[in-house]
Amino acid sequence: MINKNRLLGKLNFYIIGIAYLIIIPVVFYNSPYILSIIINASILSCISLGVWLTFVIGRINIGQAAFVGIGGYTTAVLLTKFGISFWICLPLSGIIAALLSLILGFALLRLKGVYFAMITLTLTALMNLVFLNAIFITNGPNGIMNIKRPGALIIGSFTIIPPFGEGNYIPFYYLVAFILVICLVSIWRLYNSRIGWIFQSLRQSETLAQSIGINIVKYRIVAYTICGFLGGIGGSLFTVYIQNIFPESFKIVDSIYYMLYCFLGGLDYIFGPVVGAFLLIISFELLRSIQRYQELIYAIIMIGVMLWLPNGILSLKFYRTIKIRKEKKIGDLRQKMKKRE
Amino acid sequence: MVNQIIVNGIILGSTYALIALGLTLIFGIMNVLNFAHGQMYMVGTFVMYYTYGVYGYNFFIALLVTIFVLAIIGVIFERFFFRRLLYYAKREEVSMLLAMGSALLVENSALIFFGEKRRGIKPIAEGVYNIFNAYIPVQRLIIFLMAILFIITFLVLMQNTKTGRALRALAQDKEVTYLMGVNVNRVSMIGFAAGAALAGISGAILALIFPIFSGSGTGMSIKAFTMIMIGGAGVIPGAIIGGFILGMLESVGYGLLGGSSTYLVIYFGVIVFLIFRPNGIMGKPWG
Repeated sequence: MINKNRLLGKLNFYIIGIAYLIIIPVVFYNSPYILSIIINASILSCISLGVWLTFVIGRINIGQAAFVGIGGYTTAVLLTKFGISFWICLPLSGIIAALLSLILGFALLRLKGVYFAMITLTLTALMNLVFLNAIFITNGPNGIMNIKRPGALIIGSFTIIPPFGEGNYIPFYYLVAFILVICLVSIWRLYNSRIGWIFQSLRQSETLAQSIGINIVKYRIVAYTICGFLGGIGGSLFTVYIQNIFPESFKIVDSIYYMLYCFLGGLDYIFGPVVGAFLLIISFELLRSIQRYQELIYAIIMIGVMLWLPNGILSLKFYRTIKIRKEKKIGDLRQKMKKRE
Repeated sequence: MVNQIIVNGIILGSTYALIALGLTLIFGIMNVLNFAHGQMYMVGTFVMYYTYGVYGYNFFIALLVTIFVLAIIGVIFERFFFRRLLYYAKREEVSMLLAMGSALLVENSALIFFGEKRRGIKPIAEGVYNIFNAYIPVQRLIIFLMAILFIITFLVLMQNTKTGRALRALAQDKEVTYLMGVNVNRVSMIGFAAGAALAGISGAILALIFPIFSGSGTGMSIKAFTMIMIGGAGVIPGAIIGGFILGMLESVGYGLLGGSSTYLVIYFGVIVFLIFRPNGIMGKPWG
């Protein structure tokens, strides 16, 4: 029975993977609108995956928009002012965001619970002000416009990736999809490895984890650094994708949305942020006529999810099986009692 | 110049302390960080705008109306959102996200009802005093006195009434409060209403000097969080100290640096400060 379930789960996984990587780009290759929605959702899920990892270590991270902004501005400045190839900018943005989160992590991660939430919130506000005020780098509130699409990736004399044309979404789709899949697989490996178990133990009790001899400072900083890296990569992709960047795109509300995606999908599942992001983005494109009320509906969804579905959408299926199992157990017990009487 | 900055800081600090008090009250009794606190402040400014500015009632009647409206909002939040959630929730993140959701809900409803226009209301008093070489508009003096009055009233009520004692007990230990025969549900509802009303009061009196617009909530929320982080969360004296410190810093910053770089420096300073004192000036270790 368990094997069958597991097989079905694997099958679902492959079907979704094939649909995502092959069927969607083949079917919609000449409808940039649909592709752009999916690219958007993919980048958002990559960013939210970082937030999800900080939830795993039991921290409420409202500072992701800061790292997304760092990644985005790194790419924008390097591309426009220094003319460096996008293929160097992309990892560099991730690394710079990761370095920043490493340094900040030493200080910020000493705070717990609500204090951590408040300080990361302040971090988002601080970074937004930095982007606004560092006019000589970021061009202030006017932002940086006309960012070029990625050029060709050439190593030696081989062209590994041809330059991305304007208006052609397929290469970009594959780039984003490839990065999302890599991120998902590596986070999945991490989550199921020893480090993943240590992360989960940090959530339950840091004191207890420390008493077993786990270097909690090291591991929580590792988690936060990965979070920053994913944020930086996401920011870099976003910048190249929309081809401009403004401080307005990295506000507290955005940080809150990244958390919302995680919660909507479910905090106990690696696919949680991905499911949440895709669901919200796609459903909002379907309800395009009410985009004026988008934030209001986001808020209502947020409250509704918290009140009636606190474990996320992915928990629905599992919830039912557990309930049935419990009822069965109780039924068995009752029968035993009757026999004894 | 220096006197002026100090006087401005004290006046601003008194109203900020009022905001931080409401936030810390709700945090202390329910362990919920009320992200909608700034939005409650914003609702307070709008209630004041309509009762005093548009319909022309007396200022103090408008103040009472504001307190009443915000207390009702607080009761609704506690009764329908947080009580149910805190009963079921297994992770603390859940209550926080609910609070964020309610903040977004209030802000966007306000945006739909009131639009993005910035408004102002007519002053309640004209004239300027000159005390210690500093110019103080009469209006700001009245605001300062009202804020101090409300802070003292709040402290006295917390210290001397039965409900106040129950609220303080609830902040210390919920289970024991149950054992003492306190109706915890009722008391925490009163606490939430009082916290919301404090936000509303500060909104109502700050509406006289600050612009009234539907986006003012988020900024005020962050300010309130900063005050609480400086002073220490869940501690009443900490909230008052934090409020005055932030008011003073803001006043000094606007005097010396001006505009948007003030808060850049303040936020940076707060992060550095928290490295050395993670629980603020008076906070208990928590988490």
